[in-house]
Amino acid sequence: MTSQSKFEARTVTALVEDRPGVLARIAGLCRRRGLNIASLAVGHSEQPGLSRLTFVLEGPPGVVNHCAAQLERLVNVIEAKDITNKNHIWRELALVKVATSKETRVELLELSRVFRANVIDIGVDSMTFELTGGREKIDSLITLLSPFGIKEVMRTGRVAVLRSTLFEGEDDGEFQATRNWVNGLQHEYHFEPGVSGSV
Amino acid sequence: MGKKLTGGDIVCEALLNEGVDIVFGLPGGAILPLYGVLGRYPELRHVLVRHEQGAAHAADGYARASGKVGVAFATSGPGATNLITGLATAMMDSVPIVAITGQVGRAAIGTDAFQETDITGATLPVTKHNYLITRVEDIGPTIHEAFHIARTGRPGPVLIDIPKDVMQEEGSYDHERDRKIKLPGYRIPTTAPDYQIDAAVELINESERPVFLAGHGVIISRAFDELRELAEKAQIPVVTTLLGISGFPENHPLHVGFPGMHGEAYASLALDDSDLIIAAGSRFDDRIVGNVNEFATRSKKIHIDIDPAEIGKTVQVDASVVGNLKHVLGQIIPKVDRVSRPEWIRHVEQLKSDHPSLHIPETGNLSGQHVVRGLSNVTNGKAIICTGVGQHQMWAAQHYKFTEANTWLCSGGLGTMGYEVPSAIGAQLALPEALVWSICGDGGFQMTMMELATAVENRLPVKYAILNNNHLGMITQWQELFYMGDTQADAYTANPDFVKLAEAFGMKGMRVEEIDDVEDAIEEANAYPGPVIVDFVIEKVEHVYPMIPAGGSIKDLMEDTRV
Repeated sequence: MTSQSKFEARTVTALVEDRPGVLARIAGLCRRRGLNIASLAVGHSEQPGLSRLTFVLEGPPGVVNHCAAQLERLVNVIEAKDITNKNHIWRELALVKVATSKETRVELLELSRVFRANVIDIGVDSMTFELTGGREKIDSLITLLSPFGIKEVMRTGRVAVLRSTLFEGEDDGEFQATRNWVNGLQHEYHFEPGVSGSV
Repeated sequence: MGKKLTGGDIVCEALLNEGVDIVFGLPGGAILPLYGVLGRYPELRHVLVRHEQGAAHAADGYARASGKVGVAFATSGPGATNLITGLATAMMDSVPIVAITGQVGRAAIGTDAFQETDITGATLPVTKHNYLITRVEDIGPTIHEAFHIARTGRPGPVLIDIPKDVMQEEGSYDHERDRKIKLPGYRIPTTAPDYQIDAAVELINESERPVFLAGHGVIISRAFDELRELAEKAQIPVVTTLLGISGFPENHPLHVGFPGMHGEAYASLALDDSDLIIAAGSRFDDRIVGNVNEFATRSKKIHIDIDPAEIGKTVQVDASVVGNLKHVLGQIIPKVDRVSRPEWIRHVEQLKSDHPSLHIPETGNLSGQHVVRGLSNVTNGKAIICTGVGQHQMWAAQHYKFTEANTWLCSGGLGTMGYEVPSAIGAQLALPEALVWSICGDGGFQMTMMELATAVENRLPVKYAILNNNHLGMITQWQELFYMGDTQADAYTANPDFVKLAEAFGMKGMRVEEIDDVEDAIEEANAYPGPVIVDFVIEKVEHVYPMIPAGGSIKDLMEDTRV
């Protein structure tokens, strides 16, 4: 067995049909290939009837690198892209409910200001922060809040989009190399005309 | 608007519009609304099987033999679960099947109702796609979509689950309206982009010792002529995979054999000695590759496949071409150099004479190899051959000299015991004029032999050759070789009398025990107008050689030391 430490994480985005059972098909495929879904975010896309997924998959390198191609085999998956080595930006969102008292409230508000977290709920003995950012930023805030007594943490999975290319040649050497590598796995091909529309 | 029909009627109308003429099935409570209207559609011939696994395998055999989509009906619950082995067999070997199952009424779904199974959930991993229909108006479009998915791209099985009350409800069907398919996520590769073709052509033109590894894709895309033309033009010897057998004529000078675990040694060695492997419609199966790190280390690889997800799945390749093999080979042919490679061809011939893998060790007793050799001689390599999995399958693959395209039907990927009995029925129905021989092991035969009644009932002259050694032969072989000779649960000490069994089913039964009687018996079976069982009593314990153990490499090749 491959140990957990040999696992590699990949960020994959997919555009899928918004209908019952699609997530089960995707999850089933990941399960079959022994991939762990470390995080998952699903929501409506800009196109009606289609949802966009971002997920982080962990698994043995030879398997997890291949998952986008496998996902594209599913009839309900319009496209799947492994964007790990592409220039992309990603965010997570966390809601953190922390215990408060008269004495700690000011200090907590100060922390939220530094982290640019929003306070979205205040009660007698707790307040809830909303924080967006990378995983490390969210982890740091949670660490700092721990001494106050965290009551609940709710984190979304990662959501990711490819960056726009601002300048010609922005793809540096490294990016080019990884893209060629990814091209080895994600294949271009010609379609039967009209098939994806109607026959 | 279309005419008013019940859901069951819509199923039949849509099937007819898909060109279906034969359906294999077995009725039950939840699918009765469909059977209730079947009588109105005499053009749909229903073949009643004795077990739903037989329906799926017969549909599979029908599909492989005809190139059309095979259709199976089953009821909910146990009927549907009985299909699963057949669906998995078809999935692994890329065979187009549409299975239609009855489901309990919509209101009962999810309540553990009588004969309820979540069959769409259960068949997710063994179907190319599946559906649970919940509205009568979806039946027509779904059936057309299912056939489209089953037969196009990399073919595969599709299951449609229809609740009983949906089949009873009235709806409308309009072929023109319902055949319009909208599948934004489903793409069918056709030709390949030029840069992929050019990369492949460059590798072929540069190579000195190229070899084809031609798989099931040759048969599925009917690329027989293209494969032959390219092989001849660039003088490329053709190794076929197990499922690629009958994709290239075995009497052709460039034909090599099949490689891997029990393939001919010279075919495995040809792959190992090559400097370029052109995998054409094959998927570098583990029975061929063994140890990935030691597989054909001196060769570059081109992988041509219609399924992009196969590229790089097991073996890293130097060039990949995604497209329909027939189109792709057609694109490659005009661009490759016409060359002769006398040295390489001579080398492959030398491998053949140095490693006589098809020599039958003579003990004086009848062996499975004698039977297959006899079949091959008598039928001139032109019969349709069906097998299950095990020693009988390997001997059939090795010793039958296939000269006609698409005449080899075996469960390759899943390795399904018992596939050989119903698949032969499907093949015979697809090709009524053909001579169909099912080569069976006595183990696999007993898994599905109830379907003999189906053959008799439908007056199908299928010939069954049982290679009867009273053992699960391949299991005995593995236990002797890899489990320190500790043979457990491998012997069948109480096989039925297969001759009497044949007679009980209303078939002709024969028994052969001597080598000299083999060909006469086969002639006699061929001349008999109905179905026949020939019980060939063969050597009890005999190993299949050559052999490369699972996960091994060419270095681990074992050849028959008696030869």
